[in-house]
Amino acid sequence: MKRYDLIVIGAGPAGLSAAIEAAKCGMQVGVFDENARPGGQLFKQIHKFFGSKEHKAKIRGFQIGYELLEEAKKWQVDVHLNAVVMGIYEPLRITVTEEDYITSYAGDNIVIATGASENMVPYDGWTLPGVIGAGAAQTLMNLHGVLPGKRVLMVGSGNVGLVVSFQLLQAGCEVAAVIDAAPRIGGYGVHAAKVARTGVPFYLSHTIVKAEGNGKVEKVTIAQVDDHWQVVKGTEKELEVDTICMAVGLSPMSQLARLAGCQMKENGGLVPVCDAYGQTSLEGVFAAGDVAGIEEASSAMIGGKIAALGAAKRSGFLTEAEAEEKYKAYQASLMQLRRGMFSHENKGRTDLVKTDEGYPLSMSLLQKGYLDDAEVEQFPGVGTKKYIGIHPVIECTQNIPCNPCQDACHFGCIQVGNEITALPQVVQGSHCTNCGLCVASCSGQAIFLVDESSEPGFATITIPYEFLPLPQSGDKGMALDRGGAPLCEAEVVRVRTSPAFDHTALLTMRVPQEMSQKARFFRRREVVQ
Amino acid sequence: MAEYLDRSKDIGPYVPQEDDDRIVCRCEEITKGEIRQAVHMGLWTMTEVKRMLRCGMGLCQGQTCTKNIKRIIAAELQVSPAQLEEPTVRPPVRPVEMGVFGNEVESL
Repeated sequence: MKRYDLIVIGAGPAGLSAAIEAAKCGMQVGVFDENARPGGQLFKQIHKFFGSKEHKAKIRGFQIGYELLEEAKKWQVDVHLNAVVMGIYEPLRITVTEEDYITSYAGDNIVIATGASENMVPYDGWTLPGVIGAGAAQTLMNLHGVLPGKRVLMVGSGNVGLVVSFQLLQAGCEVAAVIDAAPRIGGYGVHAAKVARTGVPFYLSHTIVKAEGNGKVEKVTIAQVDDHWQVVKGTEKELEVDTICMAVGLSPMSQLARLAGCQMKENGGLVPVCDAYGQTSLEGVFAAGDVAGIEEASSAMIGGKIAALGAAKRSGFLTEAEAEEKYKAYQASLMQLRRGMFSHENKGRTDLVKTDEGYPLSMSLLQKGYLDDAEVEQFPGVGTKKYIGIHPVIECTQNIPCNPCQDACHFGCIQVGNEITALPQVVQGSHCTNCGLCVASCSGQAIFLVDESSEPGFATITIPYEFLPLPQSGDKGMALDRGGAPLCEAEVVRVRTSPAFDHTALLTMRVPQEMSQKARFFRRREVVQ
Repeated sequence: MAEYLDRSKDIGPYVPQEDDDRIVCRCEEITKGEIRQAVHMGLWTMTEVKRMLRCGMGLCQGQTCTKNIKRIIAAELQVSPAQLEEPTVRPPVRPVEMGVFGNEVESL
C-alpha cells in the first residue's frame, strides 16, 4: 500500500494550499480529487478576488488556480485526478476509486478538504429542467462555454448569487431579477451595485412560489414574504424566464469526516469540531476549507496552510516553535479577512446601521442594490468638496476586507489604512494623474474617475467595463444611473485596455456636467430599447 | 448529539397538505407527503425514514435533499431540525459501479 506523509482529499483552494505548505515543510504529499481537473471551484471564478496582496487580492480566481497548480508541481505534490475517495478507515487509510480499480493509501496525516455543495429549496416546479444551481451555471458558462439560458431569475443575493448574476450578464444572458427572502441583500454591496447599474432589479423579502412550463421552465411566480417568511397574498408577480439559478447557500460535504468518526457540530450543516490547527477529534485527521465551515476561497487557502502546519508539526517536520511562528502569521492574515460587516459574527444581522467608522449604512444599497444619489456624498471615498480636475470617486461604503485600491495608487490619493476592512478615503490635497489603476484594481468595480472641469457644461466619467464587445471611442449611447435607469445621452471618448488592468477595460464617457455624480454605466445605442 | 426523542409524544394525526405531492428527494422520487406519512407511521429518525423510503439513497447520496428532509421530519415532530441526527454515513460515500467495487488492487 502506498504511503504518504500527508494525504489531502480535495484539490480545491484549501486542499492545494495544504498540499503546497506541507510539501514546503518536506512532507511527501498526495492529493486526491474526484474531478478531472484540479482547482475545485477556483477555475469558475473569473472575477477579481478581495483581500490584500497577501490574500492574492485583485487576481482573478482562475489565475489563482493556475498559480496553485504551478506551485504544487514545483513542490512535487502527487495530484491524483479522477480519484474518488470512497472511505476513510482506521488507522489513517483511505480507499480510492482510480480508473477501474479500487486501491488504498495510507497517510501519516489526512487533511479533509472536500468543500461544499449547493443547497436547494423545493417549490412547485423545482424539478423542471432549467432549475439549476448557481454553481452549475458557472460551470456551464466559465468552464464549458455554454449559456445556461437566455433569461434567468437569480434566487439568492449572497455573494454567490451576485457574482454569478454578473457573470451571466457578461456571458450575454439577461438577468430578469435577483430575489431573496431576506429583507437585506446578503452579499457585498459593491457586487450588488455592479449588477444593479446594468438595470437588473432586486426584489428583497421575495420568494419563489412556483416554476411552470411545458417540460422546461418557461415562467416563474415570485411573491413577497412577511416577517414569518409566509407569502403575502396578492403580491405575486410573474416573470418569463427559461432558467432559475438557485444560490441559497452551501452545505459542507463532510461525509468523510463523519465516516472517519470525527466529532461533529452544527454550523450551516455538520462540520467536524477542530482545534486551532484544524485537527479534528481524531489524531492526525484535519479539516480545512468549506468542509470545516462555509467561508470563501481566500480564507480556505489560509485554512489549508494552517492544517498543513498542524500535520507537519505532528509528524516532526516542523518543531513546535517553527509551527507556532508560521501559524501566528497565517492566523493574523485570516483574521484580517474575518473582520468587517460580513464577518462570521455579523452574518445575517439586520440591525447594523453604521460602518465601523460611524458612517450610516446605505439602506438603498442593502435593499435595492445601489446607493441613493443623496447618500453617496457622505462617504469618505466620495466627499462633498468641489474638486478641480480629475479625481477618483470611490463608492465603497461597507466594511469589507479589501485594499488593492490603496496599493494601486502610486500618488497617495487613496488611503485604506492598516485595517483592510476600513472604508477607502480620497486623500485631501492629493493629485490624481488619471492612470486608472485604481479603477481596474477595485475587485468591486466601485471606483470611478470623474472630471467636471474638462469642458464647459460637460463632465467625463471613467468606469470599469467588463463586457464584450468593447465600445469604441466615438460610440454614442445612454448613460445609466446607479439603478440602471437611462439618464442622459453619453458619448464614449476613450476606451483603455492594458495588461496591468487585467481585462477590466476603462471606458471614459462624456455626459452633461450635472450628471457627473449620477451616471455610472454606459449602454450603447443599438441595445437601448 | 440529537436529543432523545420521546416516542410517546402525541404528534397528532396526519393531515394532508397542499404540497404533499411535491418531490423532495429527486434521485429516488420521494414526495413530501410520503415522508410526512412515514413519520406518522412511527418512523421518527432520519435513518428509519431513509430505510423505508430510500430518500437520500440515490445517486447524490442525500447531498441535495438531506437538509430538506430533516426540516420536514422536524416540523412533523414539532422539534427543531438541529435535534435530528442525520442518517449514518456509510462507504462508499460516492456511487461506485459493482465491477469496480470488486476490482481491488494492492497498488496502481
